[in-house]
Amino acid sequence: MKRWLPLILFLVLVGFFAKGLFLNPREVPSPFIGKPAPAFSLPLVGNAEASFSPAQMQGQVWLLNVWAPWCVSCRHEHGVLMSLTQAGRIPIVGLNWKDKDREAAALLAATGNPYAFVPDDLDGRVGIDYGVTGTPETYVIDGEGRVAMKHVGPIDMDVWQKKFEPKLKELGV
Amino acid sequence: MRAFMLVVVLALAPGFALAETQAGTREAPVHAEDPVIEQRLRGIADELRCLVCQNESLAASHAELAEDLRREIRTQMKAGLDDAQVIQYLTDRYGDFVLYRPPLKPVTYLLWFGPLLFLAIGAATWYVILRRRKTLQEAPADPAKLAAAAALLDESQTK
Repeated sequence: MKRWLPLILFLVLVGFFAKGLFLNPREVPSPFIGKPAPAFSLPLVGNAEASFSPAQMQGQVWLLNVWAPWCVSCRHEHGVLMSLTQAGRIPIVGLNWKDKDREAAALLAATGNPYAFVPDDLDGRVGIDYGVTGTPETYVIDGEGRVAMKHVGPIDMDVWQKKFEPKLKELGV
Repeated sequence: MRAFMLVVVLALAPGFALAETQAGTREAPVHAEDPVIEQRLRGIADELRCLVCQNESLAASHAELAEDLRREIRTQMKAGLDDAQVIQYLTDRYGDFVLYRPPLKPVTYLLWFGPLLFLAIGAATWYVILRRRKTLQEAPADPAKLAAAAALLDESQTK
């Protein structure tokens, strides 16, 4: 037993390092889980007269997807979002984050628009209120307007099935 | 070997950079309108983590988000918030992760007191080893062996 002790300690260390190596350092726990989603009111892309505010979604479970036209990973998840919308799975609101070059309307027209609303967060202030550190980030917001989950990084079918679907089931949708 | 490592690193890199940000390499513009606020900003921004380049402070980072956050801190300070309130404003949004000095609370006890725990384990191990060594030294030598050794010494001296 005694002669195996160093090896056992070594393996325990390796276990910790291996776990640490595969953690995503950008996956920072959000302080908003279980708390009300911050309120805001922003003009819509392509229709600056109209505005969007989270209160409009009261009573339904929805996704707040923070994206930007300059973000390459957002284009990777665009297809997944499109198929979710086409299947009528859940309403998705696409917060257009810091789109300084004003490209969102043209991009959505060209590639398809998976969003029910596209609020325009030009200076990124609403992003700061939500603790956004980069795009894409996606929040699941429940019928009472609380943040149920946050996902950092693009959504692929695997992430959707393993992370989002169980959460939505839990919320009863 | 080095080439192989490079390939491995390059292959892994996109996985770690899944979510991207607008990180710019240009210099952060200097705002010197209000030296008092700049001084205060520098004071607290050194203690805050840039959430994009996570090993850089908010004061040192040139990432666009860090720039936005510095602008936000200036706005809050101009609105009359004191330093503690500004830090609270940021932790409300980004969590304790934004602080380089994690606050003392039950989930961080292990972090704060872990080193003491390891020190205690080390001290206990040391004590046990010392005690064991003491008992080893006190073990009486076998008289038969001592006699044999003395006989050998005698032999070599008389020769």
